[in-house]
Amino acid sequence: MGEPGTKEILSLEELEAAGNFRSGRKHIVSILVENKPGVLTRVTGLFARRGFNINTLAVGPTDDDSVSRITITLDGAVHSIDQVTKQLHKLINVLKIRDLEPEETLARELALFKISADGVARAEVMQICDIFRAHIVDVSKRAVVAEVTGTQEKVDAFERLIRPFGLIEMARTGEIAIGRGRNET
Amino acid sequence: MRAVDALMECLKAEGVDVVFGYPGGANLPTYDAFHDAGIRHILVRHEAGGGHAAEGYAKATGKVGVALGTSGPGATNLVTPICDAMMDSVPVVFITGQVRTDLLGTDGFQEADTIGITMPIVKHSTMIHHPSDLPRAIHEAFHIARTGRPGPVVVDIPTDLSRADIPYEPITDVHLPGYQPTTEGNQKQIRLAAKALANAKRPVLYVGGGAVGASEELVELALSDRLPVTCTVMGLGSFPASHPQWLGMLGMHGTRTANYAMDEADLIVAIGARFDDRVTAKLSEFAPRAKFVHIDIDPAEISKNVPAHIPIVGDTKNILPRLTAEYRALGPDPQRLEEWWHRISGWQERYPLAYEDSVDTEIKPQYMVQALYEATGGDAIIVSDVGQHQMWAAQHYHFDKPRHWINSGGLGTMGFGLPAAMGAKVGCPDKQVVALVGDGGVQMNIQELATLAQDQIDVKVFIMNNGYLGMVRQWQELFWDRRYSHVDMGNYPDFVKLAEAYGSTGFRFTDKTTLVEDMKRALATPGPVMVDVRVTAEENVYPMIAPGQPARDMVG
Repeated sequence: MGEPGTKEILSLEELEAAGNFRSGRKHIVSILVENKPGVLTRVTGLFARRGFNINTLAVGPTDDDSVSRITITLDGAVHSIDQVTKQLHKLINVLKIRDLEPEETLARELALFKISADGVARAEVMQICDIFRAHIVDVSKRAVVAEVTGTQEKVDAFERLIRPFGLIEMARTGEIAIGRGRNET
Repeated sequence: MRAVDALMECLKAEGVDVVFGYPGGANLPTYDAFHDAGIRHILVRHEAGGGHAAEGYAKATGKVGVALGTSGPGATNLVTPICDAMMDSVPVVFITGQVRTDLLGTDGFQEADTIGITMPIVKHSTMIHHPSDLPRAIHEAFHIARTGRPGPVVVDIPTDLSRADIPYEPITDVHLPGYQPTTEGNQKQIRLAAKALANAKRPVLYVGGGAVGASEELVELALSDRLPVTCTVMGLGSFPASHPQWLGMLGMHGTRTANYAMDEADLIVAIGARFDDRVTAKLSEFAPRAKFVHIDIDPAEISKNVPAHIPIVGDTKNILPRLTAEYRALGPDPQRLEEWWHRISGWQERYPLAYEDSVDTEIKPQYMVQALYEATGGDAIIVSDVGQHQMWAAQHYHFDKPRHWINSGGLGTMGFGLPAAMGAKVGCPDKQVVALVGDGGVQMNIQELATLAQDQIDVKVFIMNNGYLGMVRQWQELFWDRRYSHVDMGNYPDFVKLAEAYGSTGFRFTDKTTLVEDMKRALATPGPVMVDVRVTAEENVYPMIAPGQPARDMVG
């Protein structure tokens, strides 16, 4: 690809090709940070600056009041993730970073689905909810609200099945995760 | 004690003897505290000048520089020096005033989100939320700025908090759980690197700004055998340019010898260098035959641009002596480098840094640098701005010692030279300090001439005046069919009159035959001096790696 300083005109294909090398498996990165103002901005700003797309992001307290956990899922080749974790380590308020191994990790997200369900459709919707162990948390004349927890993939599957009935709206938290076994994440 | 008085105590405890700053509404309390603090404050004429002066001070002395500004525009004027310090890993603490806490977030007068604006360009930053937090925040800022990979730290202090009365106890411990830079260097990795180096037939030591503090250790390593050395623009002076193992600077305007050696090397030992695009040129064809040992204190630099075969994370000052010891213990055969040196000497003979001198009295810019070398005895601290003159200085002023070459490398900040020279002179009052600048860049912070005059800071400013924004003109000539667009600066201003108006001495030199003597006269003139040296208008910096090309296809 041409250097920006030269007069060579860049084609759109070249620009797209240059961006392509960043794709790979899904990564769940767990980041423990000091619970201080502006820390989340530092973390997300770093992602934006270095060109990494965040798929989901969840922030919450941990067992220690002074520490928060940020869980981020993103797509990336291993090399890119390596750069991201190294760059994150440079933030003074970041205490610990784990790129979680999928087999050794429990990941869950919570989602709320508002589904159009009147008459006969309602029974069918409730049947699907049953299979996914989703709870109906609100019922009105023409809609139900279902609560689902599970991995991102499970929630995706639920969404695919429920969509044909008329998905009015959906809210998802993004995954949080914790390692299996005795060791701390 | 007022929080601002505690601030002064903290600065003194950190060994601060001078700060560069500019007062305003939000830092009035801080300025009141200077009365009894016993810290020298230099009143600059623009916050950017103060920021760059703090950088120049830090680069010349190795100590942490300090720059102060008020809220809003004071802080935004510091943005360029902050970013510059980040790119070149310069330890500077920036202390900004902020509107009082009840005005925060209300678009108060002179309010700007300083922490937000500077977040991507700081090593760390912090806003004071409680006045008692101030002393610890200051000590943490200095600790973070100076350790690990150095860099800028911003401390933002709301004006009401800075007036608060706080109990002050000196702080001697700084505890940052999320910040523990690796300085030691893994012994196993060092041993691996020593083995690789002992087996290499065509090695090159590629040295960056991270070795400025480890110059002696670097020379020791290089002298273990005849190991060839090249430096980046940030590393110049770490290895003496007068030494026979010196290949010259590498990169876009480096020597052919250095770039060809990198191209043909079988082992490159990167020491505190970060494989910048100005060094690698076309990345996919960079040093195609080489394996890489990468020594750096910042793990994020390892394999960022070029995959490292043997990474060593840590401080060069700590690692180099151990690498030298391991290498010498292996007793490698010095004969193995003979063929390599034969090849290198061939390049050195065929491609010296040369230029066509004028036949009359016209001053070629390259000659101007040589004349300056002669007039200063090669021993001045040279502070450059950014552009053609910077590259010519890097090529033709032969730096033998570290911290004698100060420039803006990573960010390429025009306007850096004059204020940075001011900071260098304040930090090293016994050294001859020369600002070698272009007629474009010098005008970007020329107001600091007033500071030089008022404080009698003895900087000699030499303007390489070609009437053009020379580097941009060169690119337009070479790569844009000579369609010059807005690079002609004309004959403005009259720098001699300007120097005099600012209370300095002004000279104008136009004759090559008397230039060295003229320069000596200017250097011997007491107080700040600004010299307008008229040089060839359209001269290009060569050799050059054209943009997007590999290093072996250098031109000129």
